[in-house]
Amino acid sequence: MKSIDPSPRPPVARWLGYAVLALFALISLGPIWIAVKTALSDSTTLFSGASSFLPRDPTLFNLQRVLGFVNPADPRLARMSYGKIDFFRALINSVIFTLLAVLPQIAFSAMAAYAFARLQFRGRRLIFFLFLCATMIPGIVLFIPNFILIKDLGWLNTFQGMAAPYALMTPFAVFFLRQMFLSTPRELEECARIDGASYVSIFFRIVLPFHRSALATLTIIASLSAWNDFFWPFLVGRSESVRVMAVAINAFRQQQAGGTPDWSGLMACTVLGIVPIFILLLLFGRKVVESFQYAGPK
Amino acid sequence: MSERKLSPVLPPPPLIPREPVRRSIFHALFYKDSICAWIFIAPAVIGFAVFYLVPCIRAVYISLTDWNLLRPAKFVGFSNYSRLWNDGQFWNAMRVTVFYVLYNIPIQTVVGLLLAALLDRVGRSVFLRSVILAPYLIANVIAAILWFWMLDPLLGFINALVQTMGFQRISFFSSQQLALPTIAAVNIWRHMGFVALLFYTGMQAIPRSLYEAARIEGAGPWQSFWNITLPLLRPTLVFVLVTSIIGSFQIFDTIAVTTLGGPVNSTRSIVWYIYESSFEFYRMGYASAMSCVLFLGLTVVTVVQMRILRSGQSELG
Repeated sequence: MKSIDPSPRPPVARWLGYAVLALFALISLGPIWIAVKTALSDSTTLFSGASSFLPRDPTLFNLQRVLGFVNPADPRLARMSYGKIDFFRALINSVIFTLLAVLPQIAFSAMAAYAFARLQFRGRRLIFFLFLCATMIPGIVLFIPNFILIKDLGWLNTFQGMAAPYALMTPFAVFFLRQMFLSTPRELEECARIDGASYVSIFFRIVLPFHRSALATLTIIASLSAWNDFFWPFLVGRSESVRVMAVAINAFRQQQAGGTPDWSGLMACTVLGIVPIFILLLLFGRKVVESFQYAGPK
Repeated sequence: MSERKLSPVLPPPPLIPREPVRRSIFHALFYKDSICAWIFIAPAVIGFAVFYLVPCIRAVYISLTDWNLLRPAKFVGFSNYSRLWNDGQFWNAMRVTVFYVLYNIPIQTVVGLLLAALLDRVGRSVFLRSVILAPYLIANVIAAILWFWMLDPLLGFINALVQTMGFQRISFFSSQQLALPTIAAVNIWRHMGFVALLFYTGMQAIPRSLYEAARIEGAGPWQSFWNITLPLLRPTLVFVLVTSIIGSFQIFDTIAVTTLGGPVNSTRSIVWYIYESSFEFYRMGYASAMSCVLFLGLTVVTVVQMRILRSGQSELG
């Protein structure tokens, strides 16, 4: 009998596989690199350097000017015919919006998830079923009535109006945490109950600490989707004082639709919008990848 | 053990000494299942009612009215729906959206499967997985503006390459034929890594012994992919197809940044058309009617898919 080869593929096929994977890695990161290159290029070199992979005379000027760190009297600003981009404000707004949308969402969703996983009450199955159905509703169906609600409350162009629909719950967060909480070892909870612990203290002292990792996963997913959110903030938060990163980038692009856009400025904004995500990947790469990998089909 | 047994209202097990059950309101708040449960779910239920349940019902009501936000809504019955039936723009939007889904989903799924199979068989590093996931972690708006710049007819990197290779520069986003496939390509770029990761996770659950057995029987890599991987991956495949098709039908962000529905309606997708009707022309009733039709259509598509793909069953048992 032939012995079983430990490596499953002949070497040629393996190398071909590596080559294709490398190609996909290049396709994934290439465009991001071109954005970085453009952000680091002087805007006068864009035409001559269009096909090059490296910036000509690399400069931090674009990043500094979109963040507002350049003296308004700087002669380099006078040479540019573009409108001013204030992206610093947008980044701060994105941080505020993300915190407001994510932190209460996770707290309240965790409370509800615990009740769905462990407590008996009338209507439990019906309410949970309705929550599940809500994941099927297309966003636009809800955006129209929700916009009218926020407008009637006088909350247009406020952070509370932008964060409100996410702050109390999202069906995904409740569903995800319920699945996790169902796996809490029964013995832990029973011991606590025999010792006379209330549901509240079991929730805080046993369930939450036991599921730290799942809570971190949910925090990563919810924060990224809030940071990247566009449609809803675009509807209710367009004024400069509250608009988030994605809404601001879209606004800069539309302002300049007529002439040649300020590409180096736009790409500087793009890079700044991506940087937090890359920091997250560098610090917690494995955790981020596994969050998206395992939160999917469950 | 059932949850009911844990309820403190029942008599405690005889051998464990414990203090007598206090029956104050305060006690009930923290110990009684039903009361405690309502305290726990109250914020989420309020959020659900205010931002999901009531709006969903209200959307149906608004769709039966004529309303421009300035004057009070006027009840008009089903006339928005009959108008929709005769609106060429609506059918154009439907056609554009279906074409978009047809460009997007097959390529994205096949590329995702290929990538996942490669990750599963040759390279399993976390580094590689985070690299291919990176585009998915970027905002839609950023992915759109990035490719808008890469494909710029005058200064874009891709067009510079196209010219170096001796071809004419291509105006991807301002061509009636190319705009929609280009938008689909941008979203394939953003989603392929994520889809691959989900398939990869599904493939990890397939017992390696099956591949060993197939190889001993003389099956090549293609045969084992078709006869082992693909059938056993079906639950994941169904999940990915159902969710990505629902998402694909709602294409909006990329269009909002790049083409704004143009050139000549060639990228006016259904959600973009609903957005224009409601938030630019303030025809709230008509827009809501279209959104309800979209919801209904997506539900039908999903149910049909579930039926065809028999999602509940897995060959692994």
